[in-house]
Amino acid sequence: MTENVAALILRAPGTNCDRETVRALELAGARCDSVHVDRICTAPGRTDPAFSLDPYGIVAVPGGFTYGDDLGAGVILGNRIARALGERLAAFVDGGGIVLGICNGFQVLVQAGLLPGPDLRGAVTLAPNRSGRFECRWVHLEGATDRSPLLERGAILPCPVAHAEGRLAVRDPGVLDELERGGQIAFRYVRPGCDAQPVPHPFNPNGSAGDVAGICDPTGRVLGLMPHPERNVEPFHDPLWTRRRSDDALHRPGPGLELFRRAVAAAPGAADGEEAGVALHTAD
Amino acid sequence: MTTWLLVARPRGDEARERGRALTDEALLALGEEGGAIAAVDAETIYEVDLEDDTGDVDDATVDIFRRLFSDPVAETFHAGPRADGALPPPPEAAESAPVRTVIVRRRAGVMDPPALSAVEALRDLGVAATDVRIARRYFVRGTATGGALSDEAIGRLARRALASDVVDEIVIDAATLPARPPAGDASAPGSRRREVAVRELDDEALAALSRDHLLALDVHEMRAVAAHFRKLEREPSDVELETVAQTWSEHCKHKTFRGVIEHVTEDADGVELDRRTIDDLLGRTIVDATTAVTSGEDGRDDCVSLFADNAGVVRFDERLDVCAKVETHNHPSAIEPYGGSETGVGGVIRDILGTGQGAWPILNIDVFCLGPPDLPADELPEGSLHPRRVLAGVVAGVRDYGNRMGIPTASGALIFDRGYVGNPLVFVGTIGVIPRGRSEKGARPGDRIIAAGGRTGRDGIHGATFSSLELTSESETMSGGAVQIGNPIEEKKVADVIEAARDADLVHSVTDCGAGGFSSAVGEMAEEIGAVVDLERAPLKYPGLTPAEVWISEAQERMVFACPPDRVGELRALFDAAGVETTDLGRFGADDRALVVRWEGEELLRLGPEFLHDGLPRTRKHARTVVPTLAPASETLAQLDAGGEPLGAELRAILGDLDVASKEWVTRQYDHEVQGLTALRPCAGPRAVGPQDAVAVVPRPRSTLANEAKAPAAVVVGLGLCPSYGELDPHAMAMAAVDEALRNVVAAGGDPRRTSLLDNFCWGDPNDPDILGALVRTSEGAADAARLFGCPYISGKDSLNNTYRTAQGERVSIPGTLLVTAVGVVDDAARLVSMEPKAAGEKLYLVGVTRAELGGSKIAGIRALTRAAPPRVTDRAPIVLGAIANATAARLVRGAHDLSEGGLAVAAAELGIGADLTITVDLAKVPWDGGGAAATDRALAFAESTTRLLLSVDPDDAARLEETLTGAGLQAGRDFAAVGEVVAAGEPGPRLTVTGLAGDAVIDEPIDELREHWRAPLYRVFGQQPPTPTPLGG
Repeated sequence: MTENVAALILRAPGTNCDRETVRALELAGARCDSVHVDRICTAPGRTDPAFSLDPYGIVAVPGGFTYGDDLGAGVILGNRIARALGERLAAFVDGGGIVLGICNGFQVLVQAGLLPGPDLRGAVTLAPNRSGRFECRWVHLEGATDRSPLLERGAILPCPVAHAEGRLAVRDPGVLDELERGGQIAFRYVRPGCDAQPVPHPFNPNGSAGDVAGICDPTGRVLGLMPHPERNVEPFHDPLWTRRRSDDALHRPGPGLELFRRAVAAAPGAADGEEAGVALHTAD
Repeated sequence: MTTWLLVARPRGDEARERGRALTDEALLALGEEGGAIAAVDAETIYEVDLEDDTGDVDDATVDIFRRLFSDPVAETFHAGPRADGALPPPPEAAESAPVRTVIVRRRAGVMDPPALSAVEALRDLGVAATDVRIARRYFVRGTATGGALSDEAIGRLARRALASDVVDEIVIDAATLPARPPAGDASAPGSRRREVAVRELDDEALAALSRDHLLALDVHEMRAVAAHFRKLEREPSDVELETVAQTWSEHCKHKTFRGVIEHVTEDADGVELDRRTIDDLLGRTIVDATTAVTSGEDGRDDCVSLFADNAGVVRFDERLDVCAKVETHNHPSAIEPYGGSETGVGGVIRDILGTGQGAWPILNIDVFCLGPPDLPADELPEGSLHPRRVLAGVVAGVRDYGNRMGIPTASGALIFDRGYVGNPLVFVGTIGVIPRGRSEKGARPGDRIIAAGGRTGRDGIHGATFSSLELTSESETMSGGAVQIGNPIEEKKVADVIEAARDADLVHSVTDCGAGGFSSAVGEMAEEIGAVVDLERAPLKYPGLTPAEVWISEAQERMVFACPPDRVGELRALFDAAGVETTDLGRFGADDRALVVRWEGEELLRLGPEFLHDGLPRTRKHARTVVPTLAPASETLAQLDAGGEPLGAELRAILGDLDVASKEWVTRQYDHEVQGLTALRPCAGPRAVGPQDAVAVVPRPRSTLANEAKAPAAVVVGLGLCPSYGELDPHAMAMAAVDEALRNVVAAGGDPRRTSLLDNFCWGDPNDPDILGALVRTSEGAADAARLFGCPYISGKDSLNNTYRTAQGERVSIPGTLLVTAVGVVDDAARLVSMEPKAAGEKLYLVGVTRAELGGSKIAGIRALTRAAPPRVTDRAPIVLGAIANATAARLVRGAHDLSEGGLAVAAAELGIGADLTITVDLAKVPWDGGGAAATDRALAFAESTTRLLLSVDPDDAARLEETLTGAGLQAGRDFAAVGEVVAAGEPGPRLTVTGLAGDAVIDEPIDELREHWRAPLYRVFGQQPPTPTPLGG
């Protein structure tokens, strides 16, 4: 690697998946700055003039309960970001930057208007799970678009969900069609070995419309998803890792790392043709 | 001031979608009368106070309201000046069912994090808000035929399902939102010394004073207080009196455990067999045993901090130590289950944050002992909450605090018994990590006292003393102030800073404000050096608190730091950047090591350590143990086989017992994976439903090891508690609990030689000699087990007076309950083992001896056995567990599961459930020691003898496994045997087949049926079905 990709991990009170998101991005080869939103938004509606997104190729908003999700999931941080950083983030994406929101970060990107994007602003929300409860379980995702450089259409990614408000709901059924047409449906929940739709609970863990687990903006460079790929990057993250016999069991990275590697590869700053990422192996 | 009223109401489809869960809850809460409800849905109402000079609220501001307080996809939004508080009419329903409305909002002064966040968010977006109040309005629709709900039913529904009386205000059928009175009282005189006359009081008056002020001090202690102030020739201030009460509380000083106990042993006829005086029960048992196992050349040398800090600390790897603490929060949870368990979790996490110079939490533990959730309503004591409500509330509290803080809650247990109906037990624990060398702590003279975190309010007054009093049917109204709602995000903000502050050497000492608030936190930190506190500096939530209230308030999410005076700016800057308020309350160090509290210069408290910390009179209590007369094995075995169902039916009954049944309904609500460190989850196997024995976390995963040439290490946590054995033999119960906790650790790949213990005693009335006698014997059992296994206790806690007086005056003590938590270190995480067999063809080894030990067992409950002997841990137990640890270390074990409630049959069924494979077991091969009595199928299948595990082993490794076990001192056939096999599932699915002594199949059941039978009970409690088990293998 000749040029390092830098990632900004945006934290706020209640962010709680920042450490594992940093680890995943570092494993994928990025250099990470974990930054509290108050360091950027220094006063009501104001942004630190010294702050710039220029050094970064990736902006990641991790999971958690920002501001306790007190007025709804991601509402407060989403509104803060929209007001203080909205234009800069738009320019960042126009310039080829990657924006990734996971779980609460996805909710934040929707609230901030970055997802699904300007044409469908306010058409999509993440509502309370159909079960009415927080649920933590492993699900299977299928890449559902060619639009995004962060994923491969048709690829299956197992990873956990852990949320109470992840049911993707749309203003009207036409919104799903529009998302589909625009290649903006990034991930769908699937039931392995069964094509029947809609996918029943718990395979679709929250009752999301169209079994949608994640969406991207029209450029594919802004991606949000409810499940946690950063919780499937270490070898022991695989819930069945103890079934592996060889010493290899604790050395093979989890398939979630692929998404972060792709993010690093697609982000400005990465040299063409270089494979991003560091080897997970240490001297044995 | 201008006030606006905003209403966010779910749109039609969304209202139905969101209303479904609410409706289910309402139906459940109303039981049989629930049929009168057609649907329930809800909207949210915000009152926003704006600064006087705001003027007109313009469209831009309304737009901000809309974006912050409503969801454009899911909700409609109404905004307007509050005026008289008129609310929009209820939404039209398709069927013209009559509707009643219930408004629920926090009482004035109760913590309401969303309201605080709303004010901050508005101000951040440029709206000059001064206060926000939030209410939920529920629309309860009756059925077209049944009409509206009755006044009685709607009131009951509101109190049972929609609100918590203790913290919420309920308004029924109001067309306007009533104004809420402000919290606090700005006109109240806040700052003067108030004296309390004690010097001339007689015993009766002293007792009355203690009672009236909720001091929870007995007359001997009150006499000592009076004598002290006679010597000082002055009366105490109220602040001083409260400080003494907090410091001397059972909660803080463990008076019973540290006092003198006269213990008498009698036989069943009352003949005295033994009499001895125990001076300091805790010292003579837990502490002495720990000293013994950590001394000498062969002694354990991995203990870093024992009993000295907020948590125990042991070595983990080259860089980190691991710390552990388990607490109880019983009385608050009895009155307000959600707030009680939530603030319990918050408190024990702060114990970890406040360990050494600050540690980082990586795992939460929760254990509940509750009344049966199907208790008939007419058997519920007056003033008690129904166990189902308690269960729902405590699970939600643990869930919301842990999930929001981002700490995985993965380790837990759940036990139901009628003895807990009036006084449920809520144990909460946290495991943390701290860099080596950072466990040293100590405030130094001159250090500043820096308070950080939440503000102080009237909430949580008298928690420490309240926990030392018995619950009565009036506790709810009397001690409402002891119950609080937590604010996990406030605590998370503190946690986010704690490592940076520690690593920059800004912290000489830190502790949390728990029971007793500032009085205990500052008092403990200043015990050796004294302190001078300028209390008026403490930031308050609202005006009107007296100095005594500020000093003892247990308002949540506060911590106290001892910071070198020249580094205060740096520490406060770190907290500022995280949005945490800090206050300089004064300095550590004072003449004569005195604790001094001032209010605007006036001295309100001056107490020396010799009185405050050492002046507590020793208690002297009487205890009695009656040696139980147990039936001989032959009698028990005969009784066991007299009549009875087929073994398969009995197995189903036990698998459906809530103590044994799957806890999936709980664990799925907890984020057990956040932080990305969880390596063994509570749900094992290809369908993620197997009951994992012990969970494991990897604090430093490979990705963080950089260039260190080593494998990541893991922390394994096991739990043991067996209160059902206690009535028969408390000593045996304690040893069984230690054994169970260690078995779990060993099953997951741990080793007793690298495992440390925590003890949590929850007991009844210590003034009842029989109950205290059981506590003595349990403590002795816990100590004997520690010596036997060579495992130290690193931290512990006792909660006494878990008694309940019913409205009829009958006093009920809980079953004496000891929770043992075992924290093991596994140097190479690759050695971790999950419970389920991995493949067909594996051989099943049973390690450990089965005896005619059926007392307190699940089958004893079904077969109504009397006087049966409970399980006993023998001297061979450490050899057995050590041998298995050797085998897992050599990677010879593919799956391991311990035998506990329900014995071999249940464990074998759980293997099948976990692996989704057929399991065969031959009872004739089970190593049996009947003390002369011949084995029976039922005893072999269901006895609960301790120190037994089922190992599943690759056939190619079987010979090496046997060598390893015999090499460790076990004897094939006597101590272990191959008892069965793992077989590929046939059609239509896997089975459990148990062959009896006569060679016939005594149990032959489809695993799919057993699994669903075992998974359903806890879901059924809440009117739900378990979801399809998700296949993980793809």
